[in-house]
Amino acid sequence: MDTMAAIRETFFQECEEQLGELEVGLNAMEEGTADSETVNAVFRAVHSIKGGAGAFKLDRLVRFAHTFETTLDLIRSDQLATSPAVMRTMLRSADLLADLVKASRSDHPVDEARVDALIAELKSLSENVKETPPAANASGGEAEGLDFQPVLLTLDDFGESEPQATRYAIKLIPAPDLYRKGNETVRLLRELSRMGDFRVECDARHVPTLDALDPEGAYLEWRVELTTAEDQATIHELFEFVVDDCELEIVHDRGGVVAPPEAGAPAAAAPVAPSVVASDVVSPVAAAPAAPAEPTESAEPIDSIDAAPPVAAGEPDKAKAEAARPEVVVSTPTIRVDLDRVDRLINLVGELVINQAMLSQRVLEAGLARSSSVAAGLGALEQLTREIQEGVMAIRAQPVKPLFQRMSRIVRELTDATGKVVRLRTEGEATEVDRTVIERLADPLTHMIRNAVDHGVERPEVREAAGKPAQGEVKLSAAHRSGRIVIEVSDDGAGINRQRVREIAIKKELIAPDAQLTDGEIDNLLFMPGFSTAQTVSSISGRGVGMDVVKRSIQALGGRITIASRPGHGSIFSMSLPLTLAVLDGMVVKVADQTLVVPLTAIVETLRPKAGDVHGLGVNARVISDRGGFVPLIDVGQELGYRRDSVDPVGSVVLIVETEVSTRCALVVDAIHDQRQVVIKSLEANYRQVPGIAAATILGDGRVALILDIDTFVARTNRSATAQETLLAAVG
Amino acid sequence: MKDTIVAAGGPREFIAFRIGVQEFCIDIMSVREIRGWTPATTLPHAPAYVRGVINLRGSVLPIVDLAERLGFAQTDESARQVIIVVQVGAQIIGLLVDAVSDILTLTTENIQPTPDVASDFVKSFVRGILAIDGRMIGVIELDGVMASETEAAA
Repeated sequence: MDTMAAIRETFFQECEEQLGELEVGLNAMEEGTADSETVNAVFRAVHSIKGGAGAFKLDRLVRFAHTFETTLDLIRSDQLATSPAVMRTMLRSADLLADLVKASRSDHPVDEARVDALIAELKSLSENVKETPPAANASGGEAEGLDFQPVLLTLDDFGESEPQATRYAIKLIPAPDLYRKGNETVRLLRELSRMGDFRVECDARHVPTLDALDPEGAYLEWRVELTTAEDQATIHELFEFVVDDCELEIVHDRGGVVAPPEAGAPAAAAPVAPSVVASDVVSPVAAAPAAPAEPTESAEPIDSIDAAPPVAAGEPDKAKAEAARPEVVVSTPTIRVDLDRVDRLINLVGELVINQAMLSQRVLEAGLARSSSVAAGLGALEQLTREIQEGVMAIRAQPVKPLFQRMSRIVRELTDATGKVVRLRTEGEATEVDRTVIERLADPLTHMIRNAVDHGVERPEVREAAGKPAQGEVKLSAAHRSGRIVIEVSDDGAGINRQRVREIAIKKELIAPDAQLTDGEIDNLLFMPGFSTAQTVSSISGRGVGMDVVKRSIQALGGRITIASRPGHGSIFSMSLPLTLAVLDGMVVKVADQTLVVPLTAIVETLRPKAGDVHGLGVNARVISDRGGFVPLIDVGQELGYRRDSVDPVGSVVLIVETEVSTRCALVVDAIHDQRQVVIKSLEANYRQVPGIAAATILGDGRVALILDIDTFVARTNRSATAQETLLAAVG
Repeated sequence: MKDTIVAAGGPREFIAFRIGVQEFCIDIMSVREIRGWTPATTLPHAPAYVRGVINLRGSVLPIVDLAERLGFAQTDESARQVIIVVQVGAQIIGLLVDAVSDILTLTTENIQPTPDVASDFVKSFVRGILAIDGRMIGVIELDGVMASETEAAA
């Protein structure tokens, strides 16, 4: 029973992957950037899910997947044009399929009405196709078709428009490659047998004796007599996956040669077959020297294997290129590993890094020369440790693609709900970042996408009035930039209505009515708690979560978020996040005998102040002049309670830091020791959160050092300073 | 918590240790290890009895000066002190004591209720008294140490 559960779990994991493929493919088709391989990939994805679901008796899933697959098959065979309306149905079906998979996984009920409605919709699509005779469809469908025009049939076929039974003699000589790519003759023959009256003969005379037999060779030849109402293109289609890997002859038994379907057949572009059978040959297809055979039969076809690319009509050039160079995409083998194991490994490597650093320090303390063999060995060890650490971290890194895919569904649902026409464009989906970052990014990103559609993009009529295309665009992009990942959500909407933002902020008493704010400062008001600009609280973005929550979640990830907006042109929210939550680049500083780590990302510059730079301001406060401005000075040691009196900044070192809200502060420390990557250790695990401290780390000497949390640290000092001033004011 | 001591019959083992001249003990089941003193990194904004944090094989371990916690004068740090690493709930903390003196096997009958002379504050940690060979040993309930610590933080 346990094994069954495990297999089931694997099935669902694979479903996730297939659903991802499906979504990518459908999006490409919608955008018109798909090639025939994309359509096949989409079809295969649904087919695989159906197959797996059948094995687990998930009837509801099978039923829907089957209907979906049937309609997709029509697209694949170019009988159904990929009009925007059709694609919308397809995407909605993909969403429902994902929901059904999820529901089957957790045994949750599904909205049957929704399933039935979509099944009906899909059926009506496929019935429309069936009602229309192929010829009519060919001309009628083209108007709507984007890339996938129906296969052009030969005039001969058009002549006999009503389907009538025709006899074909089919000769199939598979090459070893056919099996190597996971295709299966038995499956092809089975399909053929469904088309009509079917007789098959196997020619085994080329099978060698056992000692000469190559287990991966192909020795069998098949001869089929088929009487069917289907036209020849349909038969051809059946072989489109294998056509490059076998010798195939389809002969019209009665009327001599049936001309190959024009641009539709890869055969047209394929090299000439070595054995051309007189003029009766329909489409001689070259392949590896045919050594016919039939290796062991596997029960299920392998769907994910990349078959020889079939060809979309209307792209003959590309078709030729593809047929001439059958692409074999070798996918790198992968394994599934329990996340706990990876985390344990990461922890251990963290310890290793610390231990290695400790060892280096001890060796140094022991007074060994740097040139000694021990030191050299340690150097090599350090190198290795670093590499192991990077390697292990890379295991946790994952592309942001699944996250982005989720967003495209959200945009789709929103466009349905709001009546706005919005397209989501994604960039840099392959950008990799730590799994935890991806997981914790989902909610804030969802919220920002919702905001972009709901508040950013205008209604179509408003857009047209402003001279913009009716379809709005929301762009989601990811990129690596200087050791961090930058994710941007931008829209081409109206931009931030600063006047309104200001009014609301005043109304909600977030700012004083006479406050002088720059545009940037007004934009940043959006991040203030309790701020919501939606005039009517919609069910979409008005869920009680404001941008302040988004900002907090981003900060909790060690990231920062900024807004840029141009009225009439849209807004850009950009988030910069660390690639991993396990390590941090920091500056190791000394403060009153304690060692602290300051995150490098917060530090703008370091300096040694001269006597004239520091000015007193009021009783306790001091500022330092920096680049023409004045920045408040904070004595870190005093603030953290390490010493009672503040030190003289002159002669100390000052770190100019910038917080998330772009306020600058000057931190006074005693000395800078080092700049290095540190492994982040939680303080909360065994203790609790400490204000002003983000986490702890373990230094080379084995001692714990605290990592400053610049934002809360500065905010805290400001607060205590205000309290002090109020107190002073009350006293004075 | 008092109930757990009384309710669980049968012999149980306790680790006894010294703080100044007084002796205390804790249930051996909550003790993870005993290790020598290491200098701790001071934590800002922490109660006085939290000495700081140390590195215990890669995890960050807070050190509670038990003397300070019980209201004695703060013990001077010395290399002769001992850290008893204990598990309290999901957390692991280190208790700084002067020395570990004994391992005691006793039944619940050996435990007497804390006399009324003690202040409520002390009573919140010391849940009973043991009398063995003329020594008096206070039984410390660890949940008390942590619960009040959270209060102190607020």
